[in-house]
Amino acid sequence: MKDYYNKGEERPTLSASVAKPAGVYRSLPMPARYAINAVLVLLFLVIGEGLISGGVVNRYQSGVLEQVGIYIIMAVSLNIATGYLGQLPLGHAGFMSVGGYSCALFIIHMMPVLGVETKAMAAMSSPAAIGLFVMGVVFGGICAAVCGLIIGIPALRLKGDYLAIITLGFAEIIRVVINNIDGVLGFDFTGGAKGLSGIPGYTNFLNVFLTVAVVIFLIHTMMKSRHGRAILAIRDNEIAAEASGVKTTYYKTLAFVVSAFFAGVGGALYAGCIGVMDPSKFGFMKSVEILVMVVLGGMGSMLGSVVSASVLTILPEALRAFSEYRMVVYAVVLILVMIFRPQGLFGSYDFSLSRVVERCLNKDFPWKKKPGAPAEPAKEVSADE
Amino acid sequence: MTFLTQVLNGLSLGSIYALVALGYTMVYGIILLLNFAHGDIIMVGGYIAWIAMANLGLPPAIAAILAVIGCMALGVLIDKIAYAPLRDAPRLSILITAIGVSYFLENGGQLAFGAAAKVVPSFGDFGSIQLGDASLSGRAILTVLVTAAATAVLTFLVQKTKLGKAMRAVSEDMGAARLMGINVNNTISFTFAVGSALAGIGSVLYCMAYTQVTPTMGIMLGTKAFVAAVLGGIGSIPGAVIGGLIVGFAEVFVSAIGLSVWQDAVVFLLLIIVLVVKPTGLLGRPMTEKV
Repeated sequence: MKDYYNKGEERPTLSASVAKPAGVYRSLPMPARYAINAVLVLLFLVIGEGLISGGVVNRYQSGVLEQVGIYIIMAVSLNIATGYLGQLPLGHAGFMSVGGYSCALFIIHMMPVLGVETKAMAAMSSPAAIGLFVMGVVFGGICAAVCGLIIGIPALRLKGDYLAIITLGFAEIIRVVINNIDGVLGFDFTGGAKGLSGIPGYTNFLNVFLTVAVVIFLIHTMMKSRHGRAILAIRDNEIAAEASGVKTTYYKTLAFVVSAFFAGVGGALYAGCIGVMDPSKFGFMKSVEILVMVVLGGMGSMLGSVVSASVLTILPEALRAFSEYRMVVYAVVLILVMIFRPQGLFGSYDFSLSRVVERCLNKDFPWKKKPGAPAEPAKEVSADE
Repeated sequence: MTFLTQVLNGLSLGSIYALVALGYTMVYGIILLLNFAHGDIIMVGGYIAWIAMANLGLPPAIAAILAVIGCMALGVLIDKIAYAPLRDAPRLSILITAIGVSYFLENGGQLAFGAAAKVVPSFGDFGSIQLGDASLSGRAILTVLVTAAATAVLTFLVQKTKLGKAMRAVSEDMGAARLMGINVNNTISFTFAVGSALAGIGSVLYCMAYTQVTPTMGIMLGTKAFVAAVLGGIGSIPGAVIGGLIVGFAEVFVSAIGLSVWQDAVVFLLLIIVLVVKPTGLLGRPMTEKV
């Protein structure tokens, strides 16, 4: 017996699971993972641009693609607060409208300052136009984030249902303010109920797609970081997280503000896409529509949000003939999903291309059951499209 | 428009909010669910009253009874179909289901009756009482009286009857109530029935005051009543009445000083201030979370 231990041989373990032999399961280094995803994004981009410039996708269809991108941003940003933080804000459309209005106003008022023509702005043909676009979108996001901070500090003191109603209330206040602020200021600012028109159509497939990729990348990396883990810990058990030293108030506010920021970015693109902002577009219904996307896809799943936002944006366009039944079907689907699959279609599953590549490298396929196969890598929150 | 008239207006508007808020509060008290569909039950009640009066030519009293019965049946049906399968699910799932039901009723109503407003024949006009230079409308007085009566009946029901006792027991501790031999599911259904019946009364009073129904009328009315319930302390019956009256008065006075476009914002701002200062509402019980 004594010798057995001294020879440095592997000890027999009592448990049935076989310990993972070091160095056998080949994993990809981080740069390779990023490279794979970058190639994938580029591939999508080239295909999309090729189809549009080749005339396969017409103007109307590329407009729908822009909307898809915008709703993907809205859904993944709401997913931060709903899926990752586990709260239920019902005022996402409010942040969207703040982002949209502030970006549109910023661009409209800055165009003469920077000497950018409306045509150049719409075509994104000069560096100044591109710079203005980036600044406008970031500005929209920051304005929404500031609103998120103002709302989040009182709202996050409250739990679940109260948070839902208070965010709903704030979104309504934002809507009323946008509607009536002109009367108080005494000059035309937001355009009130008749809407803000004259917004240059500064979105196209390219910049919407790139924004979506950047947003998803940022959210993904944030959720993989220490901060993201803290947010997930709060969702799973707030009291336990607090007891383990997670600053719950700080991280809750952080998640809420980040969610609002990206909602503002989505709103900024939305303003350029539809051309006319009007407060009635951002009612409670819009918030619910975005929530439906997140819930159907699976709360906490980036892939779920992306897929359901795409499907729920394309489907109504494809089914124009049945548009009056659309909302009823929406509602029924929402109820059925909640009753029969409360975790959403994808649950918290996320697709990861690098995981697939790793499995191929190791010839570890789901259909190939071999004894002693390494345990499946932990599920991870991934941003791979 | 004298001060007294405004007070009565506030009182009657607040009464309607209070009736609806009672429904929210009762359902929340028993299964901790913010029943988003409650506002839309009122809408359905309004349409029942409209069909009964405008299409079938029934007298208002019968129409009111039909609306109340219809709302009651709808409330129980919603509970049985949508909420009962989710009794043990996470609260977020039930909340989203409630949003789904609300969405369904609104869009279903739009599909069935069209988006345009339907005019309800005017009823319940008892003239008005002249009090000094203030004219107090009979409708407003009737609204206040009906609400007072309904609240009294509800308080009696909850405090003095066996079913009320069961309701209170279930809201205190569902598991313990079940062990004591209380049929929890029936009690919850009964709560939905009572809450929805109050919504039915509210819908008739709404039709009397505004003489029209639209598929989306439940959204704003429901949201405001919801605010009222949260303001007063959700789960508390006197809280709901007080909250309803506060919201009603706030709206009427904001309109009276000429800021009617801001009245929604004021109501929500009021809610936010109250929640920040006292997170469980004016009369709410503080809830401690056990680990």
